[in-house]
Amino acid sequence: MTAQAVDFALAAALTYVVVLFGVAYLGDQRARRGHFGWLRSSLVYTLSISVYCTSWTFYGAVGSAARGGLAFATIYLGPTLVFVGWWLLLRKLVRIGRTQHITSIADLISSRFGKSEALGALVTLIAVAAATPYIALQLKAVTTSYQVIAGLPLDDLDVRVGFWVAVGMAAFTILFGTRNVDANERHHGVVAAIALEALVKLFALLAVGAFVVFGLWDSPADLFAAAPPGFLTSEEVFGPRWVTLIVLSAAAIICLPRQFQVIVVENENERHLATASWLFPTYLLLSCVFILPIAITGLTLMPEGADPDMFVLTIPLMADADWLALLVFLGGFSSATSMVIVSSIALSTMVSNHIVAPLALRLSRDRTRTSGDVRSLLLSSRRAAIATILFFGFLYFQGSGQSDALASIGLIAFVGVAQFLPSVIGGLYWPLANKRGALWGLCGGFVVWVYALALPSLGADGPLGAAVLRDGLFGIAALRPQALLGLEGWDPLVHATFWSLGLNVLLFVVGSLSREPKPLEWLQASRFVDVFRGGADAGERPQFQRPATSEDLFILAQRILGAEPARDLFDAFARRQGIAKGLPRPTQDLIGDLERRLAGSVGAASARAMVAQIAGGEVVSIDELVSIADETARIMRTSQALERKSAELEVTARRLREANDQLREMDRQKDDFLSQVSHEVRTPMTAIRSFAEILRYTETLDSDQARRFVAIIHDECIRLTRLLDDILDLRVVEQGEIPITMDTIDPDAVLDRTLEACEGLSGDVPVRAERLGRATGAKVRADPDRLRQVFINLLSNAVRHNDKEQVVITVTSWEREGVYEAIIEDNGPGVPDESRERIFSLFSASWTRAAGKGAGLGLAISKGIMHRMGGDLTLEPSRDESEEGGEGGARFRVTLPAVVPVGDTSERMPGLPVG
Amino acid sequence: MPTRLLIAEDEPSILESLVFILTREGYDIATARNGEDALGRLRDPLGPPGLLILDVMLPRVNGFEVLRAVRHDPALTRLPVLMLTAKGQAHDRQMAEQMGADAFIAKPFSNQDVVRQARRLAAP
Repeated sequence: MTAQAVDFALAAALTYVVVLFGVAYLGDQRARRGHFGWLRSSLVYTLSISVYCTSWTFYGAVGSAARGGLAFATIYLGPTLVFVGWWLLLRKLVRIGRTQHITSIADLISSRFGKSEALGALVTLIAVAAATPYIALQLKAVTTSYQVIAGLPLDDLDVRVGFWVAVGMAAFTILFGTRNVDANERHHGVVAAIALEALVKLFALLAVGAFVVFGLWDSPADLFAAAPPGFLTSEEVFGPRWVTLIVLSAAAIICLPRQFQVIVVENENERHLATASWLFPTYLLLSCVFILPIAITGLTLMPEGADPDMFVLTIPLMADADWLALLVFLGGFSSATSMVIVSSIALSTMVSNHIVAPLALRLSRDRTRTSGDVRSLLLSSRRAAIATILFFGFLYFQGSGQSDALASIGLIAFVGVAQFLPSVIGGLYWPLANKRGALWGLCGGFVVWVYALALPSLGADGPLGAAVLRDGLFGIAALRPQALLGLEGWDPLVHATFWSLGLNVLLFVVGSLSREPKPLEWLQASRFVDVFRGGADAGERPQFQRPATSEDLFILAQRILGAEPARDLFDAFARRQGIAKGLPRPTQDLIGDLERRLAGSVGAASARAMVAQIAGGEVVSIDELVSIADETARIMRTSQALERKSAELEVTARRLREANDQLREMDRQKDDFLSQVSHEVRTPMTAIRSFAEILRYTETLDSDQARRFVAIIHDECIRLTRLLDDILDLRVVEQGEIPITMDTIDPDAVLDRTLEACEGLSGDVPVRAERLGRATGAKVRADPDRLRQVFINLLSNAVRHNDKEQVVITVTSWEREGVYEAIIEDNGPGVPDESRERIFSLFSASWTRAAGKGAGLGLAISKGIMHRMGGDLTLEPSRDESEEGGEGGARFRVTLPAVVPVGDTSERMPGLPVG
Repeated sequence: MPTRLLIAEDEPSILESLVFILTREGYDIATARNGEDALGRLRDPLGPPGLLILDVMLPRVNGFEVLRAVRHDPALTRLPVLMLTAKGQAHDRQMAEQMGADAFIAKPFSNQDVVRQARRLAAP
């Protein structure tokens, strides 16, 4: 290879980078104009997932095959299994990512376990710790391949290449990866570039493979015949290491931040996953189909001691296929850069969202926060994070680039990110999994990973030192990093995976079971675990997080306590704080009181969580709290409503029955009443009609007769009028509408005046009124007109229901024990025993009608009037004829409470009959 | 000999008009103001009247009871009875029919109807 060729390779790499920038730019432009087209295709989505195949896979797979035969295939098998079984896990993961607006794997775990800040930070820390050496590995691969293609010796790596690659990638990532603060927004430009790189690296591998198989050998059979003896059976297939590698690679396809980024965050359409489920395994299959031939070729054709990791590049060089070598270099370059780009985007999002933002918000709690501030803070922190991560990657590469330790970094990183697996799987399928379990598991797994794998991989010169490696921490044999608890003789990778994941799972389960999930954890658990169960609304809630205010507290109170009690509570506090109108300030008193009130409704624990999270100002969105409140309140309302409803139904049924009976009775009464009224109207009408016909058709009618008949018609008309008046009166008495003007009056005066007016009541029959005892000076509260109406009714009854030649009405009154009483008695036949019961009811026909007049409404009306005035009207038992003054006639008693004049306490003698 | 006719009616004015129009037709009229009275007069030693005009709503013993007594009295089974029923009280009329009244007149009646029915049942 000449210096010219070196320059050419460099130029090609630079050109390639320019093309990448161009593709990314075009992709962004198209997306911005809304011309998504192929950007949103499932092909691009699938190709972007191939970011899984880094330079470590591109170059290392052949090396791994050369060293360990078929074992290299495990790295492809794990992801293949996950994608083939996409319906089980990936589908759920992607759905949750979309509905919950998940921005990274750290966000997924933090969000699932109650929006925990600590978990987000811990996951970010682990991810950065695992990824930084991994990025260094990519820089090393690029540098090594460059030196190979430039013909430079490999024992002295020129770190400047790595540096400029890091700078270039940082620029690219910052330019296309941090355009928008919304980490959940798709990076169309970046994905387009990654998809192009995926094509380049696959094409390069296929080209080398074809060149090797068909260019260097006569036939594939010759090739395999040339394989070193025992090559394909060198390692126990499906032994512990195999299984471990499959599990690790399966975990990595989900847990690696960059894989989570392309699979979940960048997913445009869930259906793309269905395509990827077969297309991505196909891609992997194509990638590895020529790995064994290349490895065998390298082992047989290349000189002894040649680096198997570089066979892909060195074989074409050896065969003078410079163009092919250049293509392979670009393929490796693609693998490295795409990994660096996507990793740094994912990691920077995690660092800015889970480390920088919480810290900044905590530091500036008292200051006014505007959205603009947070926005620019997030963007600049993301850019800084990209630069920093790449810089650390470069430093790591520079510091340890010469050591072989770097080679195993890929798998070490896999074990590191596999620590996320229990939390992710548990979080997706186990509702009881909680924050404590996730924290314990992650911490435990992380510590074991660092102690048993990451640090020992640095060798005896690493921070652990040879002594610890050999004798264990503090010389305790059980704590030997690579033989924990005396588990000796295991492959270090299997050993570390076993202990870290084992401890992780154990702590996760124990921690989760050790306490009840908090309300917010419950809420998130149900959103994640039950994401497919009608939870469409859950994801549509905006992710804004706002500081707690009285308004927030009031909303919470309203949702739990109901509108009225919440308003009462807050009004009471507002008054106490001297605020006439509006909400009270959110003082400790208010918060404490609200919490107690809420505890009565939702239990102390929930109330504590809700109020503390609002009042404590923790970074928890109010919307979430409100939705817990909604849910709790809804459940309580439902169960209460059910109980209430059944009780209500019973009461309603009983009331309906009662009302029905009542209505039926009223209907019967109404029928009776109408029938009575019609009869009472019909009687005078009959007489009127009959006499009118006589007057009309009789020519020989003498004038006396005519006058008499006209007089009868006239009387009957008056009777009709009275009947109608009575009916109207009855209505007002019955409905309590009778106008009564209460006054302090002398009841005897009213009685006397009525008696005088009645003297000439009945023209035909002489009437004599006997006035006996008087309640002199008695005063009552009554309406004089209504009282007179009652007296008239009684007196006219006395006259009408009388068959004597001389009607005698005896009237006595007195006041006794604060009660005014008047007895009105006649000398008539009295009330027949069978009529006494219903004499005050409507149309007490037989008795009243015996006189041929009156509809029988008068007594009912009179009694009603007396009740309205606070008195009563009763029928007294008839006197025996033998009794003094007794004639056996009807005796009615009118009573009214007397008004006792001030200063007059002398008891009056009852006015006894004296005549 | 004019036909004797008993009117049982408690309303004095109605009774007066009936007496007037039927006297004018040439009947010999007797009156009763209640059911008891009516039954007493039917058993007059002179013999039963030629026609009974009977109001339903009578005090003491009402019109139906009088009618039943009449129909159960062998001496009176063939006595024509004209009942004064209340219009609209269908059951009154039904009952009177079942109990053997010969004719019904609803109040308020027309004098002509009363006269026509009376003549049909018993010529004056």
